[in-house]
Amino acid sequence: MSTATQSTLQASSPDQDPVRVEQRLPRFAPLGLFLAGIALGAGLSALTGFSVTSTIIYGVILGTLAVYVASRAVEGRRKATDRLVTSLVTTAFGIAMIPLVSLVYTVLDRGLARLDADFFQASMFRVVGEGGGAYHAILGTLIITALATAISVPIGLMTAIYLVEYGTGRLKKSITFFVDVMTGIPSIVAGLFSFALFTLLFGNQVRLGVMGAVALSVLMIPVVVRSCEEVLKLVPNELREAAYALGVPKWRTVVKVVLPTAIAGLGTGITLSIARVIGETAPLLITVGLITGTNFNPFDGRMATLPVFAYYQLTQPGTATQAFLDRAWTAALLLIILVMALNIVARLISRFFAPKTGR
Amino acid sequence: MAKRIEVSDLNIYYGNFLAVEGVNVSIEPRSITALIGPSGCGKSTFLRSINRMHEVLPGARVEGKVVMDGQDLYGADVDPVNVRRQIGMVFQRPNPFPTMSIADNVIAGNRLNNKGMKKSDAADLVEKSLRGANLWNEVKDRLDRPGSSLSGGQQQRLCIARAIAVEPDVLLMDEPCSALDPISTLAIEDLMAELKERFTIVIVTHNMQQAARVSEQTGFFNLNGVGQPGRLIEFNPTEKIFSNPDQKATEDYISGRFG
Repeated sequence: MSTATQSTLQASSPDQDPVRVEQRLPRFAPLGLFLAGIALGAGLSALTGFSVTSTIIYGVILGTLAVYVASRAVEGRRKATDRLVTSLVTTAFGIAMIPLVSLVYTVLDRGLARLDADFFQASMFRVVGEGGGAYHAILGTLIITALATAISVPIGLMTAIYLVEYGTGRLKKSITFFVDVMTGIPSIVAGLFSFALFTLLFGNQVRLGVMGAVALSVLMIPVVVRSCEEVLKLVPNELREAAYALGVPKWRTVVKVVLPTAIAGLGTGITLSIARVIGETAPLLITVGLITGTNFNPFDGRMATLPVFAYYQLTQPGTATQAFLDRAWTAALLLIILVMALNIVARLISRFFAPKTGR
Repeated sequence: MAKRIEVSDLNIYYGNFLAVEGVNVSIEPRSITALIGPSGCGKSTFLRSINRMHEVLPGARVEGKVVMDGQDLYGADVDPVNVRRQIGMVFQRPNPFPTMSIADNVIAGNRLNNKGMKKSDAADLVEKSLRGANLWNEVKDRLDRPGSSLSGGQQQRLCIARAIAVEPDVLLMDEPCSALDPISTLAIEDLMAELKERFTIVIVTHNMQQAARVSEQTGFFNLNGVGQPGRLIEFNPTEKIFSNPDQKATEDYISGRFG
């Protein structure tokens, strides 16, 4: 039956191929057209006094148009639209990359000058010109962030457990709402809260490392709650029921079944929340202040931290301006490296702690 | 070990919605009792209310009596955790703990309750339970592999091993074979036939051939319409249900004239 139908079909349209062959641009034609557009853009730019920026702007517009028009003429409307949208999306990606690449390049370019052993070994104690380092600020940042983590993780994790495992009704809803509100609190407000709290407790002019840790915790807790809540929700309910059916009490189910199953996600979320607060400047500026010497004790007096260190190096250079600027850039570079390292740690945690499927 | 369960005037609610109404039934020890009926008629809900798993869901509650060993399981002084230690459960979808090895999954009931066990005792319990679940020969060489590395049928038998490792009196099975292929189903049915020597087994199933094959008693649940509570229409020896049921509704359902 099918052969008969096919033969009649073929007989009715003898000049058409059985498979439709589409007209396509040669493989490198779109790229060549685009580059031609850029060259034309360079020419256009040269008319009004040459500059790289205008070359790129004219070039991208002309190149996109050239590809579109050529594709429309050869390949038809659908393909041309596809190429146009592809160009637009790629351009948007390029625009998004500009600030990132520029930032990384600038910080590397200016920060590498002082990324030496001295920077990690010396403090700014009695340094008014060249030399010195951020030893005290690095340790201060690590101590205060660790303290903030120690405050935030228990509170945030337990809140998340409450919301997922125990909370019901209005209380759960209002906690979720206020956690959402807290996520958007400006960091300076968190700093002022901590400042006011400790001023009430210990009087005026108090400056302590722990004040900064409390301020950072205010910023960190909602992030921890949200990320842990999402992860705990992903733990299948079947596992909880399996544990209940074995006669395991609820709290033990949470501690021994739910948390271990979610441990990879929890570790990732907590690490990312540390990365979120480690570069905060404003709250530390008003609560912890800055000193030039080394102070390891967060319960006694001012401490130095990397963001505040960078801020003061930039705004209040001493006798050798360039040396202070170099140190500010290096501190900024170090902060970026720290955040990047934390992100890598988060990825490693999610890779190595995920439940093994064994397949 | 195996115990009789007497259920009287049991009403089961989800919030204000009455899901199952007026169940009166006596479940015999050392036998398999099958519960059949259309979807949504409350068989699983009833099953879960026997070991107080029903109330795990928010707003879920129960009225009436479930008496085992002269003790009302819903009495004021009864801890649901203790009830669940005596009445084990196997679920529709195999759910081994993904963070634990095969061996740890088997002794999870003891481990999670922090029962101290000597290493040799633990190994003995693992072997005994896995043999009891007809799984030992298949997994004895890879007890430290994750439980999720097994096939679906093996995982379900692992869950049965886990349930019988805590030595319950009663074993509840909620459609234990619905996610499995015919060969795994056969393995689990054979296993049930062995287990009924030691346990009281209640099984919910959509497969009427399965109910006819494995059970001594069968209960038929039905509901009059959407939003109506489910009822236990008939409870009789399996042979009678499948050859000469008392109720017309049972006969219609079994012969496929339902709905």
